Amino acid sequence: MENEILIETRDLVKIYPMGRQELVALNKVNLIFKRGEFAGLVGPSGSGKTTLLNIIGSLDTPTSGSAVVLGQKVEELSHREAARLRNQHIGFIFQTFNLLPFYTAFENVEFPLILLKIPADERRRRAMEALDWVGLADRANSRPAQLSGGECQRVAIARAVVKRPAIILADEPTANLDAENSHHILQIMEELNRELKTTFIFATHDEKVIGYLRRKITLVDGRVAKDETLDLERRVEAASEERRPGVLK
Amino acid sequence: MRLYLKLALRNLLAAGVRTWLNVVVLSFAFVTIIWSQGLYRGMSRQAAEAMKEAEIGGGQYWHQSYDPYNPLTLDEAHGPVPEPLAKLIQEEKATAILIIQGTLYPHGRFFPVLIKGIDPRQKILLFPSMYLEATEGDEIPAVIGSRMAKACGLKIGDTVTLRWRDKQGAFDARNIKIVHVMATTVQSIDQGQVWVSLDVLRKLTGMENEATVITLAPGTTFAEEISGWSYKGLDFLLRDIDEVVRGKNIGASVIYVVLLCLAMLAIFDTQVLSIWRRRKEIGTIMALGMTRPQVIKLFTLEGALHGILAAGVAAIYGFPLLSFMARKGLGMPQAVDSYGFALGERIFPVYSAGLITGTAILVMLVTTIVSFLPTRRIARLKPTEALRGKLT
Repeated sequence: MENEILIETRDLVKIYPMGRQELVALNKVNLIFKRGEFAGLVGPSGSGKTTLLNIIGSLDTPTSGSAVVLGQKVEELSHREAARLRNQHIGFIFQTFNLLPFYTAFENVEFPLILLKIPADERRRRAMEALDWVGLADRANSRPAQLSGGECQRVAIARAVVKRPAIILADEPTANLDAENSHHILQIMEELNRELKTTFIFATHDEKVIGYLRRKITLVDGRVAKDETLDLERRVEAASEERRPGVLK
Repeated sequence: MRLYLKLALRNLLAAGVRTWLNVVVLSFAFVTIIWSQGLYRGMSRQAAEAMKEAEIGGGQYWHQSYDPYNPLTLDEAHGPVPEPLAKLIQEEKATAILIIQGTLYPHGRFFPVLIKGIDPRQKILLFPSMYLEATEGDEIPAVIGSRMAKACGLKIGDTVTLRWRDKQGAFDARNIKIVHVMATTVQSIDQGQVWVSLDVLRKLTGMENEATVITLAPGTTFAEEISGWSYKGLDFLLRDIDEVVRGKNIGASVIYVVLLCLAMLAIFDTQVLSIWRRRKEIGTIMALGMTRPQVIKLFTLEGALHGILAAGVAAIYGFPLLSFMARKGLGMPQAVDSYGFALGERIFPVYSAGLITGTAILVMLVTTIVSFLPTRRIARLKPTEALRGKLT
């Protein structure tokens, strides 16, 4: 079960037209992600991290090549099928939290369950449980504007995990947080990964995040430059490598 | 659908003042449409009732040659009252009216008029015919309406020469005495008309036992075919009023169409602004698993809910306001005489369930369409760009 392949990309290419020119965001990316991984896509801005996350999350489609997510080819999915895949199996965590501003923390967490047509009682139980996981059960009725950045990101994590997805894609989840909050939410995510066997894939260049990764994939100019498994010692080393300027350039 | 309704309502209420401004403007449109339509309905109903009471009763039989729009037909438009109608007149279920052309000479001027003979004892029409029984002197007692009196400069007690042609076409003239000036809202029994006793007119013209029009009492169901006479029902007799009211209604519609357009513009604008401001939110809910059609449905519903909230707000202040108007009526200035049909001094608006429901459906339908139009942009929206706060 733990070796089950959830995501596989084959010769994945994504090209964006930029006027008369073209920008190659991903260039023949071949990767496999298994259940329960805690992996990160690392690289400088414009290296293709977010593009790869978007394709895996079926928010975007590749120009060529293939991305198979939970047995479904992303490039062949209709809008409706892609939405269903996201709805049922994929959770997203964004750099800017992307909470629905008019909803309370509870309602934000409840929202994916509403889309899954889960009964109200069950929704309430699961949303409160998710908020409890991230330590925000007592802030359930607060709106995003009433929460700190760290709390907002914890609500976003609760929203991502509440439907128990197979995959959680986190795009720069700590970019807007201070060190303490960053470590706090990373610990929460690591714990959830361990408990729920949810596959976490990060797009990051934050060394704090890298310090928690068990697999680090370095992207440079849309290509996989390095794909390494990290043990505890290597994780600390990798995090400090990330701090050194020019390493990835 | 309940889910979308709940989400849409939550978003809408959370938008605060913007929502309530739109709702209030839209509620004005609601109330104005119902009020103006109710006013014209009231006007139409009052005019119809006044006409029924004073002129057309429960329907009329016209002599086959009679055409009220062609005075030249009046020379031929008279004949003996047929037996079945004579029986109705005897039973006081109908009254006869004889109409001929004439000329009135007040103060050295002349006015072409219709001379109408009516039984002074009739009870069918709400018409002051009893004054025509006065028999003082040689002058013929006559009743005219206030508009006619004003136009000719005549008042009660004035004597004026009236000329007509008898059955053989010979001219004859006599002095008439104005015994009563009636203030009626029904112009068609007033302007250009002189009313005298039916018996007197028959004698003067040699048209014994003849009539031009037989008016039936309200509620009389008699509508048999009679040779030489044609039955005219209320629908036919009131069609002129309906036409005039319809014409006035179209004019009034401009006001509420403008108001409705303003409300719709506000909603359209709000929707466009909302989609622009909330593009990141749209991207997020797409990432959470909503399809584009679902997002379009949600935003359209949000816009359409303005209509429902507006109906609620309109009910809060509109119901007491419109009820008050219906009870107290709306004072009409003298100038409304030029409307061309009977108008009282006050118009009492009439609101029906159909009018209110129809208006609600119309406003909500238009609101939904206007709400939907800007949301079509979402159909072209890429979730990745929306998440970055871009609109494509």
